[in-house]
Amino acid sequence: MNDLKSQASRTAVPGKPGGLNTEIQSRIGHQLRAMYDDVVRQGVPDRFVELIRKLDGPVTPEDFGNAPANGNNDGRD
Amino acid sequence: MPLTDSLRDDILATVPSLRAFAISLSGNADRADDLVQETMLRAIANIDSFQPGSNLPAWLFTILRNLFRSDYRKRRREVEDADGNYAKTLKTQPAQSAHLEFEEFRVALDKLPQDQREALILVGASGFSYEDAATICGCAVGTIKSRVNRARSKLAAMLYVDGAEDFGPDETVRAVMGGSGG
Repeated sequence: MNDLKSQASRTAVPGKPGGLNTEIQSRIGHQLRAMYDDVVRQGVPDRFVELIRKLDGPVTPEDFGNAPANGNNDGRD
Repeated sequence: MPLTDSLRDDILATVPSLRAFAISLSGNADRADDLVQETMLRAIANIDSFQPGSNLPAWLFTILRNLFRSDYRKRRREVEDADGNYAKTLKTQPAQSAHLEFEEFRVALDKLPQDQREALILVGASGFSYEDAATICGCAVGTIKSRVNRARSKLAAMLYVDGAEDFGPDETVRAVMGGSGG
């Protein structure tokens, strides 16, 4: 615990992240968010929407066989 | 407390970032989705312990992180070279330089010690405050700050070799900080 404390106070110099060059730091931040947001943008997969509906109180017949029946697949071509 | 519609919506609204967190932790989309599903099941089963008005994303992230940790310990022995295989898979992908850089980043992230990786993601990508990240990880705010700094230094060293100066004695630090097993 003492070790932690002395370490924390030593590294707690405001605004000085270990001498890392700012450009590299922002590059890392950018890549990190790009990777993350790539997944976030996929939204909520159907399985989770279904799951939470089933978990909410008694399961009704509507919870089954309620798959969107549109054969409308975004026309490719 | 019953699972109200608005709570249900809020949980669903957190799913995209839970998935992103889970994928960056586990490096595997299928496993990540299983983790998210398990997180939702636990959250709903324990919805009583959620304080209305408190930070729902932080609560859900805490559950997911704890699940990942216990799962990770179990699996580590079973599939010890999973990381290696994952990295290899990525390296054999056809080279498109932007894509490759992206994959290199992923592989580098994967090599960070778990404590540092999760701290960096929570603060640098999920957008949690240091305080929230500390709550999620069950450690002190100062610990989170130092993990984030270390993570950044290591990534810099792996990806842009000449940029990193702060290279600490990881083993010692991990030994000091690793004693907080939950």
